[in-house]
Amino acid sequence: MNTALAVHNVSYGYGATSILDDISFNVPKGAFYIIIGPNGSGKTTLMKIMAGSAKFKKGRVDIMGRPCSQYSRQELARTIAFVPQNIPDDFSFTVRDVVLMGRSPHQGVLGLERKEDGRILKQAMMFTGIDHLAHRAIDQLSGGERQRVFIARAICQKPRIILLDEPTAALDLAHQVRIMDLMEQLKREKGVTVVMVSHDINLAAMYGDCLLLLKKGRIVSQGRTDEVLTFETLEKAYGCLLLVDESPLGDFPRVTPVPHKLKLEI
Amino acid sequence: MPKDVPIVAKRILFVSFFLLLLLLAVCFLGVSTGSSGSGFKAVWWALMDDSRSDPITASIIWNIRFPRVILAALVGATLSLGGLVFQALLRNPLAEPYILGVSGGSAIGAIIGIMMGFSRFPGVSMTAFCGSMATLLLLLLMTCGHSKFKDSLLLSGVMVNAFAGAIIMFLMSMTQDSRLHNIMFWLMGDLSLADMRQIRILAFVLVPCFCLVFRFSHSMNLLLMGQEVAETMGVNIRLVTVTLLVTTSFMVSITVSYCGPVGFVGLVMPHLLRLVIGPDHRTLVPACIIGGGSYMVFCDILSRVLPDQGEMPAGVVTALIGAPLFIYLLKRSGR
Repeated sequence: MNTALAVHNVSYGYGATSILDDISFNVPKGAFYIIIGPNGSGKTTLMKIMAGSAKFKKGRVDIMGRPCSQYSRQELARTIAFVPQNIPDDFSFTVRDVVLMGRSPHQGVLGLERKEDGRILKQAMMFTGIDHLAHRAIDQLSGGERQRVFIARAICQKPRIILLDEPTAALDLAHQVRIMDLMEQLKREKGVTVVMVSHDINLAAMYGDCLLLLKKGRIVSQGRTDEVLTFETLEKAYGCLLLVDESPLGDFPRVTPVPHKLKLEI
Repeated sequence: MPKDVPIVAKRILFVSFFLLLLLLAVCFLGVSTGSSGSGFKAVWWALMDDSRSDPITASIIWNIRFPRVILAALVGATLSLGGLVFQALLRNPLAEPYILGVSGGSAIGAIIGIMMGFSRFPGVSMTAFCGSMATLLLLLLMTCGHSKFKDSLLLSGVMVNAFAGAIIMFLMSMTQDSRLHNIMFWLMGDLSLADMRQIRILAFVLVPCFCLVFRFSHSMNLLLMGQEVAETMGVNIRLVTVTLLVTTSFMVSITVSYCGPVGFVGLVMPHLLRLVIGPDHRTLVPACIIGGGSYMVFCDILSRVLPDQGEMPAGVVTALIGAPLFIYLLKRSGR
């Protein structure tokens, strides 16, 4: 089995509204898999379904070759970790406390710290470069730092798969690249499968091994980066004029939206 | 202490030990305070069953003051813990059983129970529990799906409280029953009706609830990280939320059926303790139980000492301290 996560014919919706319609795809083990698509395409819902926190009506999700429903909660938490888009900041736990919470699927109900937890905690904090913040309170950190704290927390779960919902959305360029590099490193060094929802097509082109393009709850295209990021598919999905050429940085596409004022001259 | 005991466990023991000393001190003070006035030494002798003790003093202490102090401690512990749980689950620093109307709801239930002539336990406690569950459901139904959940929750609580107050007054005007003789006093939180047999029942019911809440204390920490994150860390959100809400409402309604709705206790202690010992619920739960008990005993002492003649309901004191704190917190959270 080379599939980390397989989604089979999943549909989701409430009432008459359909949010996801018959979605199927496979995430290969050890891949950097990025889900892109316009607003309201169901990306976040799809992420919640993969994280096991949204109950879907139809279909099946297999994780590491086993149906999601056969996992216990603790087992699932040791296999998949999730980093949300909106990270809460309305409490004053220290960075260390929050990162340590990632160990809870490996601990008893009271989350009492075990010997190996300290070592894993330290590793995760070094890896994400937040060890100097250990005793700072969460509500005193910047957005980028908080993001890294939550990533360190997810790493502490020792997952096989890590899911991230638009981790770069509210960050400046330097922090965006830093988060993406971190995920790339996690994939390369620890063999963790990374699944990410992103709005940034160019970051997706630079880092992604495989892409999934969603629109209105349906898959428009999936496959290797250069297969998905063509101007025909992208213009169809986003409904606007785009320029797709090769990035000066290497062998991957670059996508530039064309402003309205320039359209007349083409 | 052995070396491999986790830091959290050490912290829990340290905090509990310190607060326990405080509780014992306040209880001793509580047992020594009263209209018949007796020195600390006489109280000590009476408590230690010393031969030098005066039998009348001993009788006053054992039959009147001691049950009252224990009742105050149990009620304070329950209400503080209730505030802590509501604040964590509803993600609202201002949530508290009284402010949300849960106490008001159980008061309606309790009054109906009293009017039907039930005994305090289990009869009145059960009708009070039904009342609190009904208000809790009403509150959650009214606020679910609101984007400004925090504000709408408080507003709904205020309305539920006003409505509960009206129903209580309505019920009271409907009956001339002598059973409702002390109802006004009871409505402000009255601790003077304590006797040892009732307190034994109360403790027997409440202590398992405290343990149950403590079992879920780490889940409350994880829940603060957000629902989805908590779920992907293995928390069964539905189980935790339902168990905690039902347990808390149950505890609160039992205390309401014994001594009326005492307000704002669940606001003061959780906030104070969070400031001092941090946000970890594994230490906060035991700290709120012991600290809340001490706070309530202290308020009860004030309610006996402050008036020139007789005494006032303990709820007056807690409201005098708690309401300004509520306004302060409201102002700060708005910023």
